[in-house]
Amino acid sequence: MKLIMAVVKPFKLDEVREALVAAGVEGLTVSEVKGYGRQKGHTEIYRGAEYQVTFVPKVKLEAVVNDAGAAGAVEAIKAAAGTGKIGDGKIFVLNVEESVRIRTGETGAAAL
Amino acid sequence: MLLAVFVLAAPAAVLAQNATNAPAANAASNAASNSASNSAAAAAPAPGTCAALNNCATQTYPKDSVNSGDTAWMLTSSVLVLLMTIPGLALFYAGMVRKKNILDTLAQSFGATAVITVLWMIIGYSIAFTGHGKYLGDFKYILLAPLNGDINIANTDLAPTIPETVYMFFQMTFAIITPALIAGAVADRMKYSAFLWFMGLWLIFVYCPVAHWVWGAYGWLGLNTNGGLGALDFAGGTVVHLNAGTAGLVAALMLGKRKGLGTENFAPFNPAYAVIGASLLWVGWFGFNAGSAVESHDGQAGMAAAATQIATAAAALGWMAMEWLIAKKPTVIGMASGAVAGLVAITPASGFVNPTGALWIGIAAGIVCYFSAVHMKKALGFYDDALDCFGVHGVGGALGAIMTGMFASKAINANIKGGWLIDGNFGQMWLQLIDVASVFVFCGVGTFIILAILKYTIGIRVSEDVEVEGLDINLHGEVVQG
Repeated sequence: MKLIMAVVKPFKLDEVREALVAAGVEGLTVSEVKGYGRQKGHTEIYRGAEYQVTFVPKVKLEAVVNDAGAAGAVEAIKAAAGTGKIGDGKIFVLNVEESVRIRTGETGAAAL
Repeated sequence: MLLAVFVLAAPAAVLAQNATNAPAANAASNAASNSASNSAAAAAPAPGTCAALNNCATQTYPKDSVNSGDTAWMLTSSVLVLLMTIPGLALFYAGMVRKKNILDTLAQSFGATAVITVLWMIIGYSIAFTGHGKYLGDFKYILLAPLNGDINIANTDLAPTIPETVYMFFQMTFAIITPALIAGAVADRMKYSAFLWFMGLWLIFVYCPVAHWVWGAYGWLGLNTNGGLGALDFAGGTVVHLNAGTAGLVAALMLGKRKGLGTENFAPFNPAYAVIGASLLWVGWFGFNAGSAVESHDGQAGMAAAATQIATAAAALGWMAMEWLIAKKPTVIGMASGAVAGLVAITPASGFVNPTGALWIGIAAGIVCYFSAVHMKKALGFYDDALDCFGVHGVGGALGAIMTGMFASKAINANIKGGWLIDGNFGQMWLQLIDVASVFVFCGVGTFIILAILKYTIGIRVSEDVEVEGLDINLHGEVVQG
């Protein structure tokens, strides 16, 4: 099993979710985060006091999929979240040791 | 605290009853008279007549003659001014602090409203607006005792056509907002207990005397026919704004700068609240300025309202223009601050100037206060006036008072000699400067003494840990969730 972790631009969330559903990914966890890579932050001004804000608001998605479905999920996110501009985000693929469905106790691929 | 008030009021009682022996620390006046305070000077008009009052048309009112139109307007004005503090000023300030301090900032306005209301009733109104003293009123209105017997009496010297309960309430709302303004200078770092003490002591020992000097029927500084110098302050450019602004400067200096100023992100938690607050201030200010006509049966309140709107809009545009030019973007906090600066500057002038005068005052306020709040503060750098209490209210109030001397017009207000540019009366400029200087010095010294006492008894600044973690959770046990 693989954990697909992606950081994308917030306005792309709905598009990415639909693409993942189409790719057969049935569950998703989303959190609001801040981050930066090559995309610089911006400057805010309040009555002359300037604040350089380095962190940019982003959305982080996490989905655990079977090994077989990992490549498809990555492609789906990449296609839906990309705009061609700096700040589109990144996707990471991690190994997952175990997964458990809390309600039934099923483990492994059956829990996904 | 009440016991302390009464004990400290005893020497003030002696002061009020002996106008001839009152301290001469204040600026010498060429018209100062030392006549006994209890009997009106032979040349003074009978109380209740128009000539004895600050602002009205040329009509005579029998004693205690209450007019329903004036009363209705003044009741409305009073609640408009109350709205300026809660929630106008409360939101204006709260929106500009960091999230961890927003509730404390709201509590400062709210708590000040409560403390000052009660103290005004107990002693404030009496020493500010009654009696025949040049420097202080008398103590006949302690606990508003005369109003217990007859709700229909009027303050015939100052407001003969409305019940005195209404006049007392109207002035109460001014007494509430003036010290509440100081919260802007001390934001993010003052102990709440010390803040409330400061509100009460400053009201009694700074605000009430200054209000009496400028607006009391026998005050030495203001426009009256009982020996007052004749400085013009229609609704409180010096009494309210320069006063609060100066106190803010002193308080900011005595509290010290906030930890992390200049290095950490102090960005306002919610500029939307600040704009909502400023909007409530703008609307409520019509009670402040037009209500200071203390009547509605001639054109004065109307002209004051028009002048207020014109100056405020011009100032908002002035600040916006400066910001667009210099910082490249017109911020919403900037245009709201510009509007507030205009409101402050037109305050002393509102019942004395014509629309063109209002326009010039507004433009000047927007531009000057932009520089004083933004650039001067940064350039001087030795004081942390967190929310520009001095930069906007102090500087704006002084500017407005001086420009009142320039643009006051006797065609607009028959009770005055007029100002420099409209009526050729340059002498008015000197009177305005005396007003500004007197308030600045008295307030500066008084504020310093009060805060020094508080600093060395209960302490005024929170500990470093409390300041870093936040005032809301530490001083009030509450937070804004999420």
